[in-house]
Amino acid sequence: METVEQLRDRLLARFPAAKIELVTNPSAAAEHSLLIDAAHGRDIALFLRDDPTLRLDYCSNVTGIDWPDKEITDITKTTVADPAGASGATKVVEQKTTRIQPGYLEAVYHLYSMALKHGPVILRLRTANRSDAVTLPSFTPVWRSCDFQEREIYDLYGIIFECHPDLRRLLMWYEFKDHPMRKDYVEPDDYEWEPTAHGAILEKAKANRLTSAPIAGDAATPGPGSAPPATKSSNTEAKP
Amino acid sequence: MSTPPLSSLNPQLSTGSVPFPFAAALPGPSVRAVHDQFHGDLLEVSMGPQHPSTHGVFRMVATLDGEQIVKLKPVFGYLHRNHEKIAENTTYLGSMPYTDRLDYLCSMSTNWAYALTVEKLAGITVPDRAQYLRIIMAELTRLVNHACLVGFLFNDLGTSFTPLLYAFREREKIIDLFEALSGSRMMCNYQRFGGCRVDPTPEWLETARVLVENFPRFLDEYERMLTGNEIMLARTQGIGRVTPAQAVNAGLTGPVLRACGVDYDLRKVDGYGYYPRFEFRVPLGDHGDTYDRYMMRILEMRESVKILTQAFRDLPAGPIMDPKAKLRGFRPKAGEAYGRLEGPKGELGFFLISDGSPNPYRYRVRPPSLINLTLLEDMCLGHTIADSVVILGSIDIVLGEVDR
Repeated sequence: METVEQLRDRLLARFPAAKIELVTNPSAAAEHSLLIDAAHGRDIALFLRDDPTLRLDYCSNVTGIDWPDKEITDITKTTVADPAGASGATKVVEQKTTRIQPGYLEAVYHLYSMALKHGPVILRLRTANRSDAVTLPSFTPVWRSCDFQEREIYDLYGIIFECHPDLRRLLMWYEFKDHPMRKDYVEPDDYEWEPTAHGAILEKAKANRLTSAPIAGDAATPGPGSAPPATKSSNTEAKP
Repeated sequence: MSTPPLSSLNPQLSTGSVPFPFAAALPGPSVRAVHDQFHGDLLEVSMGPQHPSTHGVFRMVATLDGEQIVKLKPVFGYLHRNHEKIAENTTYLGSMPYTDRLDYLCSMSTNWAYALTVEKLAGITVPDRAQYLRIIMAELTRLVNHACLVGFLFNDLGTSFTPLLYAFREREKIIDLFEALSGSRMMCNYQRFGGCRVDPTPEWLETARVLVENFPRFLDEYERMLTGNEIMLARTQGIGRVTPAQAVNAGLTGPVLRACGVDYDLRKVDGYGYYPRFEFRVPLGDHGDTYDRYMMRILEMRESVKILTQAFRDLPAGPIMDPKAKLRGFRPKAGEAYGRLEGPKGELGFFLISDGSPNPYRYRVRPPSLINLTLLEDMCLGHTIADSVVILGSIDIVLGEVDR
């Protein structure tokens, strides 16, 4: 099979408008991946599946990754004239500036070929940010094995896959609000709490106690003012 | 004149009209009438999550036209504990015992898949003896899993436990071996990065060898009793068919894929571990139906016995851990790795991203059980509920891995 560099060049020749970058993997595995832009994602996926020399007919694994905003400190060194020293002496001044590198969500696809028994080709797609522009093209129409995996990523990371046939939560319950695999997810204090029928009945009972007529033992006492003396007197009577 | 609506019989069955404040949070009606513009009046049956034939807490919502299934939606998540997040918050070695709980029938293979990925990520080598031990454990696990599966399949067919107990008798012997070796019957926690944890004694190896030698006798007995059984053939042949093109596109792996006739076994394709040194064949099915999926398991067990016999014969002496492998303070270099192996249920993969810290930045499990369920609806369409139970049994899922 061709190398990742050759594949990138071939894809760039086939899709001149697409942005395709090589992402190197410094670990011992050394499997490099291709970062492709979302606009051409579907076309590139179809090409990879149907190209006769590649025939990547099997999408093994889809992974969601969260890369939160990162604070980066840039140090710039400038040489200025030293005011204390003699003329011509210079001093190096360090200037620190911090900037926020915006975070993004990423989907990684591991593609193999069952027909030609080679692989993997690793594709990466990134969203524009982590809040409002979290849409990526769904590859489920190309490889059906992405179906549950993309649903899982939507559930746990919040990436919205466009043209997915059935984009619902997979593992969390439908009423759940957050995306728990994100790095900034805060766990609730009490997982067990839920609005059960038991709790609702208690609430209802509380509401009744405030609004309706006094119940049971309270009927003997005509008003709230006279109740404390009545108990007091009964106490004093019982004492001797 | 007309039958009263279901909701008048049981107020909890209706979700819309009853002013119960949290009706949406209820698991939903187990049976209700629905209307479809193509089929007319249909019945929606919710099976599970606590149902004996769903092999755990799994729910499928089947819509029936008479007795035929016209739609089937699986519902997941009842056993979800966010395994991946927990693993991201602990060290690399710390999640090794936790991988046992993914596929709790096959902890040895799951351990190996994780160790394989970490070794790929950090470039750790594994000594010869450990490679052989890994293959012995993985193939014994395959015997355990497939023996369980063929037993449970007959249970799903309605044979009331006898075949299952025959299979469990054999499984128990192997599980006793695992207990003697690792200290635990099912949660073995046996593999380490760069080798294995315990070296088996010669007595253990001899017991295992005798067990494997006798295993084909169990298979012969089991097949003589059940494979040609008339009811079995009537209930499984031509049921739940999948075409090879569908199976490849939907990412089916393992025996379920090979039952369609697609030759893709990672032991041959990737040749991980020392599998290229072993002689064995990959059984292939032809029809992709429930019967072929059953036969795949029987034939794979016979091939596993062949591999095990060769492994016991050739097992070399030597260390079982790479001396350079570090257990404490293990920090792989930044980078990523995707490792996969042929688990008993299909392609079991791990995807790890390291940022140089003691914890993985991203830890992903590629669960074969979940992805093999992609085609459950297609397999079940046109069949009855009773057949859907058998089809689900023949796919072979473990909910610990599906929901993670």
